[in-house]
Amino acid sequence: MTVRIDVTAPDDPRGSSVVANARLVGVDGLTSCRVTRVHHVDGALSPEELDRLCREVLIDPVVDEAVIDGVTPPQGRVVEVALMPGATDPDARELERAAANLGLPEIRVVTARRYDLIGDLSDTDVATITRRMLANDTIEISTEGELPAEFAGAASADVRVDDVPLAELSDDDLLRLSKNRVLSLDLTEMQAIQAHFAAEGRPPTDAELETLAQTWSEHCVHKTFRARINLTHTSSDGEVTVSSEDGLLPALRKVTEELDPPWLRSAFVDDAGIVAFDDHHDVAFKVETHNHPSALEPFGGANTGVGGVVRDIIGVSARPIACTDVLCFGPADLPDDELPTGVLHPRRIRDGVVAGIGDYGNKLGLPTVNGSVLYDPGYVGNPLVYCGALGILPHGSHPTEPQVGDRIISLGGRVGRDGIHGATFSSAGMDASTVDHVGSAVQIGDPIIEKGLIEVIERARDAKLYNAITDCGAGGFSSSVGEMGEDLGVEVDLSEVPLKYPGLQPWEIWISEAQERVVIAVPPAKLEALQTLCDAWDVEVTDLGRFTGDQRLVVHYGDTGVVDMPMAFLHDGIPRQELVGAWTDPAPVEVTTPVPTAAQVLQLLAHPNVASKENIIRRYDHEVRGGTVVRPYVGPEADGPADAAVLKPLGTEGHKAVVLSNGICPSVGRHDPHAMALLAMDEAVRNLVAVGGDPDQVAVLDNFCWGDPTKPDRLGSLVRAVQGCTDGARTYRMPFISGKDSLFNEFDGEAIPGTLLISALGLVPDLRRAVDSAGMQTGDDLWLVGANEGALGGSLASDLFDLGATRVPTPLHDPLPRYRAIHAAICDGKVTAAHDCSEGGIAVAVSEMAIAARLGVSVVVPLDGLDPFTALVNEAPGRLVLSAAREHRDAVGAFLGDHGRHLGEVTAGDDVVFHLLDPVQGEDSNLEPIRIPLADAVSALTHGPSGPTKGATA
Amino acid sequence: MSVPILIPHASGTNRDLEAAQAIELAGGTPTIAHVNELRSGAVQIADHAAILLPGGFSYGDALGAGGRLALELRTWFADELTAAAEASRPMLGICNGFQVLVKAGLLPGPMDKPRSVTLTENAEGKFECRWVTLQVEPSCRSGWLGVVGGTTIRCPIAHGEGRVAVSDDTAAAHLEDGLVAFRYLADGARPASDDPVAAGGMYPANPNGSVNDIAGICDDTGNIVGLMPHPEDHVLDWQRPSGPEGGSGLPLFEAFVAAAR
Repeated sequence: MTVRIDVTAPDDPRGSSVVANARLVGVDGLTSCRVTRVHHVDGALSPEELDRLCREVLIDPVVDEAVIDGVTPPQGRVVEVALMPGATDPDARELERAAANLGLPEIRVVTARRYDLIGDLSDTDVATITRRMLANDTIEISTEGELPAEFAGAASADVRVDDVPLAELSDDDLLRLSKNRVLSLDLTEMQAIQAHFAAEGRPPTDAELETLAQTWSEHCVHKTFRARINLTHTSSDGEVTVSSEDGLLPALRKVTEELDPPWLRSAFVDDAGIVAFDDHHDVAFKVETHNHPSALEPFGGANTGVGGVVRDIIGVSARPIACTDVLCFGPADLPDDELPTGVLHPRRIRDGVVAGIGDYGNKLGLPTVNGSVLYDPGYVGNPLVYCGALGILPHGSHPTEPQVGDRIISLGGRVGRDGIHGATFSSAGMDASTVDHVGSAVQIGDPIIEKGLIEVIERARDAKLYNAITDCGAGGFSSSVGEMGEDLGVEVDLSEVPLKYPGLQPWEIWISEAQERVVIAVPPAKLEALQTLCDAWDVEVTDLGRFTGDQRLVVHYGDTGVVDMPMAFLHDGIPRQELVGAWTDPAPVEVTTPVPTAAQVLQLLAHPNVASKENIIRRYDHEVRGGTVVRPYVGPEADGPADAAVLKPLGTEGHKAVVLSNGICPSVGRHDPHAMALLAMDEAVRNLVAVGGDPDQVAVLDNFCWGDPTKPDRLGSLVRAVQGCTDGARTYRMPFISGKDSLFNEFDGEAIPGTLLISALGLVPDLRRAVDSAGMQTGDDLWLVGANEGALGGSLASDLFDLGATRVPTPLHDPLPRYRAIHAAICDGKVTAAHDCSEGGIAVAVSEMAIAARLGVSVVVPLDGLDPFTALVNEAPGRLVLSAAREHRDAVGAFLGDHGRHLGEVTAGDDVVFHLLDPVQGEDSNLEPIRIPLADAVSALTHGPSGPTKGATA
Repeated sequence: MSVPILIPHASGTNRDLEAAQAIELAGGTPTIAHVNELRSGAVQIADHAAILLPGGFSYGDALGAGGRLALELRTWFADELTAAAEASRPMLGICNGFQVLVKAGLLPGPMDKPRSVTLTENAEGKFECRWVTLQVEPSCRSGWLGVVGGTTIRCPIAHGEGRVAVSDDTAAAHLEDGLVAFRYLADGARPASDDPVAAGGMYPANPNGSVNDIAGICDDTGNIVGLMPHPEDHVLDWQRPSGPEGGSGLPLFEAFVAAAR
């Protein structure tokens, strides 16, 4: 018997947020909205038992109203929304467990949400609200009116392993098969598989073909980054250079091997890069992307993006201690009629992504401390979601050698049909029909299961219960078990794998990317200890099979054979690609600049890429673990943007701290991807040095998000960016320790701007010396480090004021001396505040410092041979603004040497003053200074482009 | 003399390590134990002089923050909790721990009376993390908390369901009869709301719309205390960001450990 229980909190603020959001999608008639939680409970409960379940668990007597065994009478237009059967539903699971707690008969539960939309609404209004705000038909079902309860997987299908005949297939047939099964394999790869099984004298099974598709996917094997590439580079004056790249990934690794600093522990070989923290601990860092899932289902995509990168950290035996996120969206104010069919509005994507990141990171108890948010029309069809995680582990505690006879143990979540074909789906472009083909790739996370993995793996590591570990991500077991057993060979039985619901075929179990799982290699003698540990922490243990030593991948389902292939073919059988790239430098453009004004500076501060992201950042816990030293927002009003995050890992001795920063400048990459890489690296280092990080011990991660690499222009730009990375690693003496490439970021054949994220990990020697952008005092000197440069290509000012500049700033040739000088001054306690000059140049940097400190400033903008406007807003690399007490002027001058010069002072006034020099009359004759009341600057930065009267935040 | 303090951990608990750090700095000896270990008897509640329920998202906050763990306390540990209460052992719930104590009926209690106080969705309708200023309510009847009565604490909040709500005016008046343990202050100087009866003070000083700016409450005996903000995240000098004055959370933990001694 199924009973429906409706629970409503009449003053639930989610109702008013629906009303506010409805206005943003053009529905003004909605006056109120009542949100109801619906529970369908199936089981043999007596009325008394049902009442007890409701009283003890479901209904809060202070704020809730409920209808038990019935339906709430409609108060308006009713819309009900439920997850598709089988999706992760923690409320349902916990209600089932609560019934067991109370000693009630076993129940099964599904939940739904109900919205009573009250107001003057047309059918179109209701449909708009439903489609654009309440339900996402990728993962949910919705209806106007009452939705019947639907329980997952009632029927169990017969176990089937099908052969997939390849022998007779033509090239066209092979390509069709690849597309229809979402294999994302190209012709040479399909032919290699055809040839392999022809030699074996049998067709592959469905599971074998799927295993190869997963393992050979761009996502898992990075084939573009291993390909041989011929690059044709045409300079702006028409000079053509042809060069050959023998693999982009090997090139990045080679620089790291050259640099080989003593503090480097592990680079590129594992789920995350590892560097030394102190004598006892190492730190592990990884940044992943989750772009395509976030485009289709923003909450779930970002949610599982965090979950995935945190598992990468668990996968190197580290305890995760922090998260980062860098997000690129289309403009939040994009007019509805400019939105392509099949694309969610950027505002909805942003809000869902932010909620998804917050939900997962907060529930794992990880501070989300560093990131960026960029808005650009290039990301409308394909947003970017970079999720990063940092972990800590005792030095030398990460085992990496499975032994013959070890058991293959899966820990954590159960397997469902959700998350099938994620790896291969992310290895192709998207269009309006994507959602119909690969909706199954999109999932919602269950962070509490992953939290259990964190606790268990830390303890299992310390008790030395496993010999190897890997995270179960893209490709599911097929990828994690296949990789772990590459040297030894494995034998697996899928029949005992716990499922979320019955009816999965063996190949689906084998490749499902169901979340929150890791695989470890456990000696049989340690299984009992592992089981005891996992029982104590509510973590499910599954014995999948063993490491054999025969170098084969063998999978059964009970007595039925599923996969039987040599590891050598799986891992080495993929044909190496030969690709062609082309890049042409843009022609230089003569730029005419305006006379600088206060209004322009306020416009720069209010630009969405500069304006405060507090609405986003405060959705994330940045305090948990009690180690946050420099927070995302600083100063007396906690609204000045910080340059980087400084964290003291809980449980470590002394005052050493970690610093996390990032650099990203896709607008430069549009003109010069090589310079973009160098400038992004400079930005990351600048930010890191600004808070007290040591420029001589910085490790970086690369994250390339590009379009379809089979198109020469996309690939040409990618190769130039990689070349910039290798040049930059040498220039800055910063090794890359890990990376990620996400290609095929296209919608309807339109590529995103090639986007490189550089994430930096460094150390602050003494956290008591860490500085932020707000610490200055009245009377302090302001110093400028570095020189202005006239190139405005890729700058915020060029974009905002339509200058059309194409020449980008020149990367630095010898940046370390200036950063060492700043670091020495900070370590000596002479610097009270520091802030880097990036978007908006000195204009924004100085204003942000004044805002952060709530103090007046007065500066004289040095021309360096430029016009006053360009001097004020250019984005030349290597520049920071420092403040220091006047009494330390000589000492700071000695530290900075030729790198620094006096810029101005912190005043007792309440305005930001930029004194401008007249380039024609010489530096003695001043122009009218720009004066901005501090309150106006605060308002511009805080409220952004829509001003302080902006309506409800979406 | 060692003062053993129990820090229960349920799946999804996450501020247990900071809580343990605060207890250690305050002179106590913390033990983090999973609820399953308490249930199996591997760790005994009775062996501890006090209980600190830490923050986090027990069971993912499914079905309302803290509700599932509250049910486990009621169904599995009722006897042990009664024994602890009879022995006047102090109990402190922070954030999720506070939510658990409220949902279990222990705060403001007693357990056998229908609940008239709850913690529900923030008035802003979303999770929020920011530093706030609290005052330990001078008139609070809790004996052990009285040691630090009137002091202010700067510390962060990090919650989505932290709004103290009451069923009616009688319930609100009952809290004002010495059960209010902490209030949110504006700028660390004065109560966020000039009118102590008004429901909700100024955002963001009162970050969640709690009735009468209440940040924490105690039970009739004063032994059990709960609050939404995180004093355990401000027990070391370098943890405090620039901004309004306001003290460390450490004296609160010292008072808690002293009461357990």
